[in-house]
Amino acid sequence: MTLDASSLQVVRAPERRLRRTDRSKGASALLHGALVIASIISVFPIFWVFVTSLKPDARAVEPTPKLWNESSLDNYSRVLAGEKGDFLAWFGNSVVIALLTTVLGVFISATAGYAASRFRFPGKRGLMMSFLLVQMFPFAVLIVPLYNILIALGLNGSTIGLVLVYCTTAVPFCTYMLKGYFDTVPADIDEAGRVDGLSPFGVFWRLIMPLAKPGLAVTAFYAFLTAWGEVAFASAFLSAADESKTLAVGLQVFVQQNRTEWGHLAAASILVAIPAIVVFYLVQRFLVQGLASGAVKG
Amino acid sequence: MRRFLDRYWYAYAMVLPVVVVIAVLVLYPLAQGVYFTFTNINEGNIANPVLDRPASYDVVGFKNYLNILSGGDSYGAFWGTLVRTLVWTFACVFFHYTIGLGLAMLLNRQVAGRSLYRVLLILPWAVPAFISAFAWKYMFNAQYGIINQVLRAIGLPDPVWLGQSDWALVSVIIVNVWLGTPFMMVALLGGLQSIPGDLYEAAEVDGATPWQRFRHVTLPGLRSVSSTVILLGIIWTFNMFPVIYLVAGPNPNTRILVTYAFERFFSGASRDYAIASTYGVLILSVLLVFAAVYRRALRKQGEVW
Repeated sequence: MTLDASSLQVVRAPERRLRRTDRSKGASALLHGALVIASIISVFPIFWVFVTSLKPDARAVEPTPKLWNESSLDNYSRVLAGEKGDFLAWFGNSVVIALLTTVLGVFISATAGYAASRFRFPGKRGLMMSFLLVQMFPFAVLIVPLYNILIALGLNGSTIGLVLVYCTTAVPFCTYMLKGYFDTVPADIDEAGRVDGLSPFGVFWRLIMPLAKPGLAVTAFYAFLTAWGEVAFASAFLSAADESKTLAVGLQVFVQQNRTEWGHLAAASILVAIPAIVVFYLVQRFLVQGLASGAVKG
Repeated sequence: MRRFLDRYWYAYAMVLPVVVVIAVLVLYPLAQGVYFTFTNINEGNIANPVLDRPASYDVVGFKNYLNILSGGDSYGAFWGTLVRTLVWTFACVFFHYTIGLGLAMLLNRQVAGRSLYRVLLILPWAVPAFISAFAWKYMFNAQYGIINQVLRAIGLPDPVWLGQSDWALVSVIIVNVWLGTPFMMVALLGGLQSIPGDLYEAAEVDGATPWQRFRHVTLPGLRSVSSTVILLGIIWTFNMFPVIYLVAGPNPNTRILVTYAFERFFSGASRDYAIASTYGVLILSVLLVFAAVYRRALRKQGEVW
């Protein structure tokens, strides 16, 4: 066996080296050139916001922009000090709402996705179809009926109400993804678990969930972003009190009327983007694998 | 009944939370929304629990549909808006898919610094959409925006991007392509990685050109990923509200069906919930017809989806 493997390697190694050098210098330069240009386009807007965030408001709208002009961390300290509204309170609200949405959304889409992947039960097709339907209906139009329901449930203006609304946006996609991902986990594992005396829930919780990390990471990322960046529902459902706003709603104060305070807005934007980018960084190595198997089988 | 429950109870227990949430917070509101389309409900006659005022709106039958479908300007010029929505959707999804596929194929090669490129290229997805919208709005500004400054510097014309012309539609398409490409790229990259390498080797041995390998190995290998992400992409783009609204505002040149529904909903003295809901139902109908046609087309080609 070892002999086999090593002889294989001997055969393989030169071949692989050949494939690499196969590409001419010119092709290599083209490949890197394309990737570099795409990366610049992809990163530049964020970089530009960062540069702007360091400038005073007046310098953000100068006719010939410079990278560095009277730059300082002034905007950040003003935003954090709450000069334009209770930024830290908004931040806290957004964190709580986004984390609750992530945990609840991933959990209920994981159970539903697992059931849809493993069991045949009457109504399964209808369930999956209704998820697709849910994606099609413009949510803006549901605001009035939703508002009525949240009042009826006593959840209007509450964090939980908003979290539930965000779950309805995130869960259909997450369930699709996770069903696809669970399909790639061999069913033998479930059977082995059952033979060892685990209940169906035990199998799901103790065997399948740990194996599904990449899929869970993608859905967590998606659910987090859904809640972190949503504007319309947050502005419609949360009370007008400054301390109950989320970041997406609160930041509108910088864009009021005709005068946009670009410097302040940029600093606030960078502060808002940081948690999203941290979450992204934590899950990014799982993204490709997780999304692919979901979409392939979805 | 007992046997039925014995057999399926854990499956149902596991889907129950989703079903409850969806039923209460989507299907019921949806039904109510459909009902609203047959009424003249607006801010002035809706039940208001805060003011303790009962509802006083009336059922008006198909009047809303007739008003909208006759295409009058005061009801959002439905047909023109529909065409613009289709242009927007297909332009966005076309570029999402082609650029995403191109980048995915570049990233799927042995290339130094691949994981760094990957992180940088996915980054737009990680930034909340409303932040990206601010950033682009700033860059598109006609006077101090960086895009026009660069265009001026190299001697190209510098259009007023977000003004009252079709440039505004071009602008929001650019923003949305920038935002949505990473998702496509990641999904297609995963799809590419699931194509067995020996298929390419076999094709190479048979003397297939790169183009032939792409047509006969890559594209078929991506079929099922592509069909899913294109359908999702079309649905999402068709209903994409925040990008247009935050970048271009209520500009008639970037008006698509969803943003008009939202305008009717939120702006104006009498928020016209009935017209907004009717738009919602029309959007849903267009998408349902599209999804049905799409499915049938796929099934004809032997796809199981």
